[in-house]
Amino acid sequence: MRIGVFVCQCGTNIAGTVDTEEVARRTLMLPDVVYATSYMYTCSEPGQKEIQQAISEHNLQGVVVAACSPRMHEPTFRRAVERAGLNRYMFEMANIREHVSWIGLDREANTRKACDLVEMAVAKLRYNQPLFSSKVPIHKKVLVIGGGVAGIQAALDCAEGGLDVLLVEKKTSIGGKMAQLDKTFPTVDCSSCILGPKMVDVSQKENITLLANSEVENISGYVGNFKVDVRKKATYVDWSACTGCGACIEKCPSRKVPDTFNEELGKARAINIPFPQAIPKKAAIRREYCLHFTKGKCGICKKICPVEAVNYEMEDEIITEDVGAIIVATGYDLFDHSVYGEYGGGRYPDVISGLQYERILSASGPYGGHIKRPSDGKEPRDIVFIACVGSRDASVDRPYCSGVCCMYIAKQAILTKDHVPESNSYVFYMDIRSPGKNYDEFVRRAQEEYGVQYIRGRVGKIYPRGDRMVVQGADTLLGVQVEVEADLVVLATGVESASGSRELAEKLRISYDQYGFYMESHPKLRPVETNTAGVYLAGVCQGPKDIPASVAQGSAAAAKVQALFARDTIETNPQVALVNERACISCGKCIQVCPYQAIQWKELRGGDRKAEVLPSVCQGCGLCNATCPCKAIQLLHATDNQILAEVNELFG
Amino acid sequence: MTEGNSVLAKAREIKIIGFLCNWCSYGGADTAGVCRFKQPTDLRIVRIPCTGRMDPLFAAKSLIYGIDGVLVSGCHPKDCHYAVGNLYARRRLEVLKHFLPFMGIDGRRFHYTWVSASEGQLWQKTVTEFSDRIHRLGPNPGLSRT
Repeated sequence: MRIGVFVCQCGTNIAGTVDTEEVARRTLMLPDVVYATSYMYTCSEPGQKEIQQAISEHNLQGVVVAACSPRMHEPTFRRAVERAGLNRYMFEMANIREHVSWIGLDREANTRKACDLVEMAVAKLRYNQPLFSSKVPIHKKVLVIGGGVAGIQAALDCAEGGLDVLLVEKKTSIGGKMAQLDKTFPTVDCSSCILGPKMVDVSQKENITLLANSEVENISGYVGNFKVDVRKKATYVDWSACTGCGACIEKCPSRKVPDTFNEELGKARAINIPFPQAIPKKAAIRREYCLHFTKGKCGICKKICPVEAVNYEMEDEIITEDVGAIIVATGYDLFDHSVYGEYGGGRYPDVISGLQYERILSASGPYGGHIKRPSDGKEPRDIVFIACVGSRDASVDRPYCSGVCCMYIAKQAILTKDHVPESNSYVFYMDIRSPGKNYDEFVRRAQEEYGVQYIRGRVGKIYPRGDRMVVQGADTLLGVQVEVEADLVVLATGVESASGSRELAEKLRISYDQYGFYMESHPKLRPVETNTAGVYLAGVCQGPKDIPASVAQGSAAAAKVQALFARDTIETNPQVALVNERACISCGKCIQVCPYQAIQWKELRGGDRKAEVLPSVCQGCGLCNATCPCKAIQLLHATDNQILAEVNELFG
Repeated sequence: MTEGNSVLAKAREIKIIGFLCNWCSYGGADTAGVCRFKQPTDLRIVRIPCTGRMDPLFAAKSLIYGIDGVLVSGCHPKDCHYAVGNLYARRRLEVLKHFLPFMGIDGRRFHYTWVSASEGQLWQKTVTEFSDRIHRLGPNPGLSRT
């Protein structure tokens, strides 16, 4: 084989701590290597041209590029060699940036290591064979998981482009956290007025199937051909009949149900529609509070319903659908501030979370939009906001910034002044983070126009005095201790990954970080893709962000799906397992271990049977290869010979 | 092969081979690189699709022929890109670890662990600790060249 080696300098990223010229020089001494050079930026257009030129000039049959991680540029270089007439699998990469130059300071040791890695790549390449993809059709339907603003945007954009959308929402209504907000920063426009029409669009689009009160149970398959099982949880109300009139809610005798939509500030009924703009606007029974289920009596809702929609015998239903792509927009949970003992540990009714205050401000909230304290219903005069509760605090394992709290405090302080002009607002903050369009101006308006007092420092303790709360903290700018007596304390509770996010990630086979936020394929260049082809991310499930960023990501994920579905077929990955029938001893172990049922028996004439791989189902994990006792099944492009060739190269 | 003139090169350099799954640990090693987390230079990484692809032979052969240490790393259990590959790997590699001393190989030269794509810092720690361990054990005489 005639092999060419290209050692990238990556500016000084590699050349700074690796002698790339020396690597190229030593590589040229290897058997089969007929050409080796070092180049400034191999991934640049002239760099790729140089590879292509060398392929034709030196009649190369295989190419090794020693550069960055193959997770970064392997597709780039594979395309480059393909354009020069080589098969894309006659290419190997040696990672001498992430695994060498960026992690070691010793230039000589780095250079030796780089040489070893190139030698290993060359050794593997000698065993490479041209591989060819086949084409499989795409199911042009997209599953959107999560009906918050990001999921809504993604679903609408996909539907707008003519795609069939399956939108799965865990709660009984879409809308997510945004539906709970009163106003949005920095424009102070009404949240439900801008979200409401979008929610209505979702219900009216013919090609969106909305499955509310449902959860994804199981996912199998691969890009273009996923199979999903969705559990439609029993609502005990036939939604095809329910008109959302609310007669059942009025008459329900179970009146002490925590109102989760209002962040437990008010009480709901056991049969309920969470909020007036709910989509779908259908009633659902919460079994754990319903007297019919808990005490075995009642049944008033069934009697009162004018369309006889209540059905106590309803059971969960599993719906199976074929989809080609999945957009994950599962959002977030609010940090539970009760872990902070110094803020009362959740014991004081007048120390509330940011989202609870948002409900208090809302005209459809528990107090009809009048600011009242939860404890006694009095209108507060002095209100203290505390920033970074559950954000930027390693002691509660939340070292990251939640990104939205500084802004929503400013908004809430402004709204407080609008509601109660004689009120005083105080904000204890660490730093103000307002890096968005018109964001910093908005915070300044809160300070200058609305007279909100910003105190830079942490709060050490909150305790009751009479019917008020005393907030003790430090003003680190003045270097003094501060004590503010407040009627109401609002904690700017941060963002954390949604409960169940890890379990869903395991079903989707996508990665997540230590806090449970989903990992994008590349932090800058592939922000909505995951490492599982056909699965995309939108919204806070990927990391804390505000509404415009969530919406943008929802649209971006939809655009990715549209691009994927613009073709009728997708190319399969040819790096699949292959059985050598003469070596196969028909033990069937590969069939047992395959996680995808991609291997089956093939009956031969004479009654013999051998294992056979279905290439379109095989995902290329190689489990069968490691399991096969006689090595009759080999994973193409990662065969035993190829891996051992790399290992052998190190024995020098 | 290494004709450099440093002292290190003359005394046989310690060589460790790492088998990393493409989805988690190889990404974790990349993340460590992107974050510039400095690590010992002894490790040579082989990318495999999944730790489930890890044939114990790869590790055994490396150690028989005198590679000083073998490190295998994959996705955390339950996070496998292929659902269950790392669970099979865990069984096989655990057996291998107990089997190595019977072959005459110090079991401490072999280590398997789990590092996700976001855990660059953990990867740095893993490599540093394993490299330290191998340096303390010294060069591996292997079995074939007695």
